[in-house]
Amino acid sequence: MKSLKTLYIGAGILGTLIVAAIFAPLVTSYDPTEQDLMQTLSGPTGAHWLGTDALGRDVFSRLIYGARVDLTIGVLAVLLPFIIGVSLGLMTGWFGGKFDSSVMRVVDTVIAFPFYVLAIALVFIFGPGVKSIIVAITLVGWVAYCRIVRANVLVAKELDYVHAARLTGLPTRRILRRHLLPNVISQAIVFSMSDIVLSILAIVSLGYLGLGVPIPTAEWGSMIQEGQPYILQQWWLATIPGFMVVIVGFALSLIGDGLVARLER
Amino acid sequence: MLPVLFGISVAVFTIVHLIPGDPADVLLGQNATPARVKAINHQLGIDRPILIQYINFIKDLFHGSLGTSFDNKEPVAKLILGRLPETGMLLTGGIILSILIALPLSILAASKRGALRDQLVRAIPIIGLGMPQVWIGVMLILLLGLKFPLFPVSGFGDTFPQHLRSIFLPSLTIAILLSPILIRSLRASMLEILDSDYVLTARAKGISQTRITFVHVLRNAIIASVTVLGINVAYLVGSMVIVERVFVIPGTGSLMIDAIAKRDYPIVQGVTLYFALVVVVVNLITDLIHAALDPRVALK
Repeated sequence: MKSLKTLYIGAGILGTLIVAAIFAPLVTSYDPTEQDLMQTLSGPTGAHWLGTDALGRDVFSRLIYGARVDLTIGVLAVLLPFIIGVSLGLMTGWFGGKFDSSVMRVVDTVIAFPFYVLAIALVFIFGPGVKSIIVAITLVGWVAYCRIVRANVLVAKELDYVHAARLTGLPTRRILRRHLLPNVISQAIVFSMSDIVLSILAIVSLGYLGLGVPIPTAEWGSMIQEGQPYILQQWWLATIPGFMVVIVGFALSLIGDGLVARLER
Repeated sequence: MLPVLFGISVAVFTIVHLIPGDPADVLLGQNATPARVKAINHQLGIDRPILIQYINFIKDLFHGSLGTSFDNKEPVAKLILGRLPETGMLLTGGIILSILIALPLSILAASKRGALRDQLVRAIPIIGLGMPQVWIGVMLILLLGLKFPLFPVSGFGDTFPQHLRSIFLPSLTIAILLSPILIRSLRASMLEILDSDYVLTARAKGISQTRITFVHVLRNAIIASVTVLGINVAYLVGSMVIVERVFVIPGTGSLMIDAIAKRDYPIVQGVTLYFALVVVVVNLITDLIHAALDPRVALK
């Protein structure tokens, strides 16, 4: 029961953020990219809850609109690796043989590439932007899902219910999709929670380096970078965007733990 | 290991060939005329069949050559070697500090399961894993660099003591990044060790709790941390690139990011290859250390 509570708390925190991001124009009345050069670097006031940045943009509204960008790309970037990794994991685990060993060699190679190095190299090829981030995360991310699902399939395929399904003469596709998949996917789903955090961290880091979502779009990483020069006077400019990431990470972590408990029941 | 090295070489080779358009256009920019593009393509060997290009690339690698930088015509291998001390010190510092943070906390947590201190330590990964590398760096600059100016916030210094002071904050950033991962697995393995038969035997023999913790349990916990570090070395090396940038440390990561701005692709290619090799070598070393520390592990 206690761990179900963590699931609800995590979902509550993340849900609030998502709702705020979706209804951003209702939450804040400022445009996140509108500059007001008469009113730069103002402290928190009644009009600007978290003050304004160096270009006079409302920080609170940039934070909320930033949630749109970071959360959307964070989830999108995990979707493709999840699908690719789970399917390949299913197939390699089930069929084995040469197909399995060649995919596993590719897995070993991908693991040798530090993610950020590969991401930066890909940004170099495709140019900065959302597309490069998603391609980079997909190229690296599928590996984890593939290994998790493959390991589970190797165990599950020797279990009685699978033998029974085979004996009744069901086609392989049906066994894989309807019988095996629901039983091996749970660990992958739990992992995807922490994977979303990793992909948001990547978006933020690339944004900070100026290799991510192009400015002036409100994005937490570039907000940290833009706030850094004023860190002694306006410490919150660089601090609060980072806090947002920590909160998202905390919520997803709770959801992950809660899911584990739920699935184990 | 050989298939992995082959895979890495193919991947790095492909990176350059994925660049849209002619590399010569990138090189020449506004000054591109068909004749000059052709000359450059010949010079780079891009007009030859792709298999020949790959073989030449491998030949060059065996001669220790990673090509020459477009920007200042220096050999890429030399440029990377020149940045090694910075990156090496940062990596070592980060690993040492993360063990110094993670090991005592894990011992503390595992010593009394479910107690307040255990719950506090268990909360560290939940919070810590969500902290962006760049943000940890910026926060450390704010706290230990500017509010309380104890450490330099950028650069690498000129003398060895200055180097040590300069890499403290970046190393600490890496340690804060890495220790949540370490703590999570170390605490689990410590609990397992404390439950094991040989610890029970040691207790039955009347050996003090302190001695059990520091002699019997710690040794095995260190083995566990080496393994965890080995698994996460790719993440560690990648994060280092970003941390170097935050603290303006002129290491290999900065070399790569600067090269991107100048579209100097031999450097991007060289550094990518170099980092992948570092990961493979570090993995090999952790396997060897693991085997040396744990007699039950046999190297195949």
